[in-house]
Amino acid sequence: MIVELGHFALALALLVALAQGTLPLWGAGRGDRRLMGLAAPAAVAQGALVLAAFAALTYAFVVSDFSVALVANNSHSAKPMLYKVTGVWGNHEGSMLLWVLILAVFGAAVALFGGNLPPRLKARVLAIQGLVGVGFLLFLLATSNPFLRLDPAPADGRDLNPLLQDPGLAFHPPMLYLGYVGSSVAFSFAVAALIEGRVDAAWARWVRPWTLAAWCTLTMGIALGSWWAYYELGWGGWWFWDPVENASFMPWLVITALLHSAIVVEKRDALKGWTILLAIIAFSLSLLGTFLVRSGVLTSVHAFAVDPERGVFILALLIVVIGGSLLLYAVRAPALAPGGLFAPVSREGALVLNNLLLSTAAATVLVGTLYPLVLEAVNGAKVSVGAPYFEATFVPLMVPLVVAMAVGPLLAWKRADLSGAMGRLWIAAAAGILAALVAAWLSGGRPVLALLGIALAAWLVIGAAVDVAERVRLFRIPAGASLSRARHLPRSAWGAAIAHAGTGILVAGAVAASAWKAELVEVVPVGGEVRLGGYTYRLERVDSVPGPNWRAEQATVTIRSGERTVATVHPEKRFYPVQAMPTTEAAIHTLWVLDLYVVLGDPDGKGAWTMRIYHEPLVPWLWIGAAIMAAGGLLSLSDRRLRVGAPARRRLPAGAARA
Amino acid sequence: MRAFLAALLLLGAAGAAAVEPGERLSDPALEARARALSQELRCLVCQNQSIDDSSAPLARDLRLLVRERLQAGDGDAAVRDYLVARYGDFVLLRPPVKAATLALWLAPPILLALGAAIAFVAFRRRRRAPMAAAGLSEAERARLAELLADRPDPDGSPHTGGPPGGGGR
Amino acid sequence: MRRLVYIVPAVVFALIAAWLLAGLGLDPKALPSAMIDKPAPDFALPALGDVAPPLATADLGGEVALVNVFASWCVPCRAEHPLLMRLAGEKGVPIYGINQKDKPADATRFLAQLGNPYRRIGVDANGRVSIEWGVYGVPETFVVDRAGRIRYRHVGALGPQDFEPLLAMIERLRRS
Repeated sequence: MIVELGHFALALALLVALAQGTLPLWGAGRGDRRLMGLAAPAAVAQGALVLAAFAALTYAFVVSDFSVALVANNSHSAKPMLYKVTGVWGNHEGSMLLWVLILAVFGAAVALFGGNLPPRLKARVLAIQGLVGVGFLLFLLATSNPFLRLDPAPADGRDLNPLLQDPGLAFHPPMLYLGYVGSSVAFSFAVAALIEGRVDAAWARWVRPWTLAAWCTLTMGIALGSWWAYYELGWGGWWFWDPVENASFMPWLVITALLHSAIVVEKRDALKGWTILLAIIAFSLSLLGTFLVRSGVLTSVHAFAVDPERGVFILALLIVVIGGSLLLYAVRAPALAPGGLFAPVSREGALVLNNLLLSTAAATVLVGTLYPLVLEAVNGAKVSVGAPYFEATFVPLMVPLVVAMAVGPLLAWKRADLSGAMGRLWIAAAAGILAALVAAWLSGGRPVLALLGIALAAWLVIGAAVDVAERVRLFRIPAGASLSRARHLPRSAWGAAIAHAGTGILVAGAVAASAWKAELVEVVPVGGEVRLGGYTYRLERVDSVPGPNWRAEQATVTIRSGERTVATVHPEKRFYPVQAMPTTEAAIHTLWVLDLYVVLGDPDGKGAWTMRIYHEPLVPWLWIGAAIMAAGGLLSLSDRRLRVGAPARRRLPAGAARA
Repeated sequence: MRAFLAALLLLGAAGAAAVEPGERLSDPALEARARALSQELRCLVCQNQSIDDSSAPLARDLRLLVRERLQAGDGDAAVRDYLVARYGDFVLLRPPVKAATLALWLAPPILLALGAAIAFVAFRRRRRAPMAAAGLSEAERARLAELLADRPDPDGSPHTGGPPGGGGR
Repeated sequence: MRRLVYIVPAVVFALIAAWLLAGLGLDPKALPSAMIDKPAPDFALPALGDVAPPLATADLGGEVALVNVFASWCVPCRAEHPLLMRLAGEKGVPIYGINQKDKPADATRFLAQLGNPYRRIGVDANGRVSIEWGVYGVPETFVVDRAGRIRYRHVGALGPQDFEPLLAMIERLRRS
């Protein structure tokens, strides 16, 4: 019954979305306030209905209602409760429902918190959001209905893939979707602005919090996915340039660019056409990612059910949404008033450089991801575009970006003194050289490029600190005055500096983990010892341990450094009988600057086991860096000026300046 | 749904990770070359994994083959050519530079150059355009912006709201 | 002129969409062979006991033939086996087997149960010769022409729908 109600709520949501997508848009065109006023309640109703549908599906998973096909195929009565719930989105249909839920909830949030948006803009934004919702609700109901029943119902389910029964992966998709789908708000604002034919500082301020929220969640979502791959897949890799990873990385790059270009629109009323385009592209790449993952055009280890019918549907949706908005852009964007002037060397100039590098990077990832497909369609040839290509093309773009990231915030708007800014960064340069020297001493000086990477990371972290120090005039005015300035420094300024510093930490982690990973693969008898880089690993014993829905061989390994015992860890090999699938549970002991990563391999049948031991330098910094980046974003999000309700208070000045 | 599971099963197989103890060469220099080569060769039966990362039987065979050929004195290029002759360019994770992949390799620099050129042209055009399109002088504008702002510019940068609608073309 | 710049994104997207549409029709798991139109690789494999004579490069050519990579542990091989029996029995197509990574006893039992369609069988114990042929997995089937060149490769089990086309191709190659 509850399942049928969920299905019904979803169908009703489609009708509401249809009304939300059409009537207010029409009303906005005619200046009919009554029709425009329908948008907000419709958006809230759509959000509530999809939420009800989602709750109904979750209920079916929680009570293990195996008469629902989706539950029978993806759940099992013996599964821990956490994974019964997260199993809701561990499959195509359920994850698509989550996608639509987030879309609808974002729409409802704009309706609820956008109280001081001009009514016409608000009506249009919500209508666009509604129209996107119509497309995806149709897709869900027509090709991927999560509420289909099974008759007769099986006695028990087929269980969720064991690799997905994991806390990291359980929360990776919702985070990722929050980011993906969050970019829909910026998209709706962009399309609404194109319809209105006006983009100004106020518009940029309205878009910014939504973009920032999407960016924060996408950052965390990608980091969670990478973390999961790192500890679950069992060889210590954390980024594979897999098409599905790329599908989430491209929108991230573009949203990052959008965040920065929107600052220029807000502060200087320039780069308007470009910013609108970025907002459209960001969401387009999110949609493209959805298409790539679910249509089966690209092979990926993460791909969902390959179903050409769904592929055609999503592609049609893509063409309508992206094609339509880009055509609108082609028609309306040239009419946008050109904005403020600035010299190439200026804060704006630095942000243009940022946009140039980030969008080229996104385009490179796009080309690399789609190239095999394109080439095969053109002449039938099959090529692989793997990690070596992406490393060779992506890294050279990131080097100047990281260099510029420290300089940009120190430049004045309009026209800046580059040598002055560089002069103030001497301490960052010194830190970079020092870090490279320390890294050279620790690593024996190789590889040289990695030393450069470490230098850049230190440059960026200290550069971010210099940015804050400059703003509070540290050491140039009395400490108390500096402290007071620091307190009054807007949170967005703190947020930016913190996010930049987080990027520096992430860069250090990426460089060190790629360059100085050490590994050892050895057959070790129980009681035997192996050594790697100053640590001794002793395989004490291997026990059979039962779990709720698996069996495990669990090793006990003591790690010693000299005479000191560092840790006792328990790597496992698990076997999930329902899916007849083994998994490797690596044991990771983190020393914060180094992960000791221990994997239990196969037994040789004579009392010895293959052991793989990896030393992963600075890998924890990847997650720490990403977390700091997201924290910086959240801090910036809490800035009063950028809060969703705030623009009203600034509308008058912004409007007056425009006059 | 089955395909989804199958795809994930492949992933599961991958979970068990690569190089086995017995495979390694005693000569560390040669082993290092073998590892570097393996990382750029695709495990053909798994998707998007190198033979170095995969535990699939074919990946293992190819790892052994790479090591045998290196021991027999083949250069890295010869080993790659050997595999390309049998499996096509598909086996290379770093696509070779040739006519069919020219666009792939040239796309990043061309896109960067194109973007830079557009930015450069925009700057040039803007600079030639008259600075003061509106009636206010630069100083007056700054003063106006200051008066209108509800508090001092948080960034401490020289100007807030510049000359919007300025650069007429 | 300036307006044209704004159309570029839409045009780029149209191109991408066209390719994606084309891509939907492609099978990403289809694996091409680099060996088509090349001479069969140089190899010599030992025989499988006294089930059939051994197989080497010199045995190929002269007559249009199939080379089938099989193993007793491979489930799809069992599925395609009746088809191979028909091709060899009814149509007299010479079929050569490469027995990949198998235990000789298992392979012998496999053929005793299901019949032996192979004129010659080479035992590829370590899979090395299969790599020479550019084999991804078991089963795979190659068509070798009279000049000893590889003309066609089929990945996976041959099904009933493959019978006629395969026969037609063999006929065509016989005549050329």
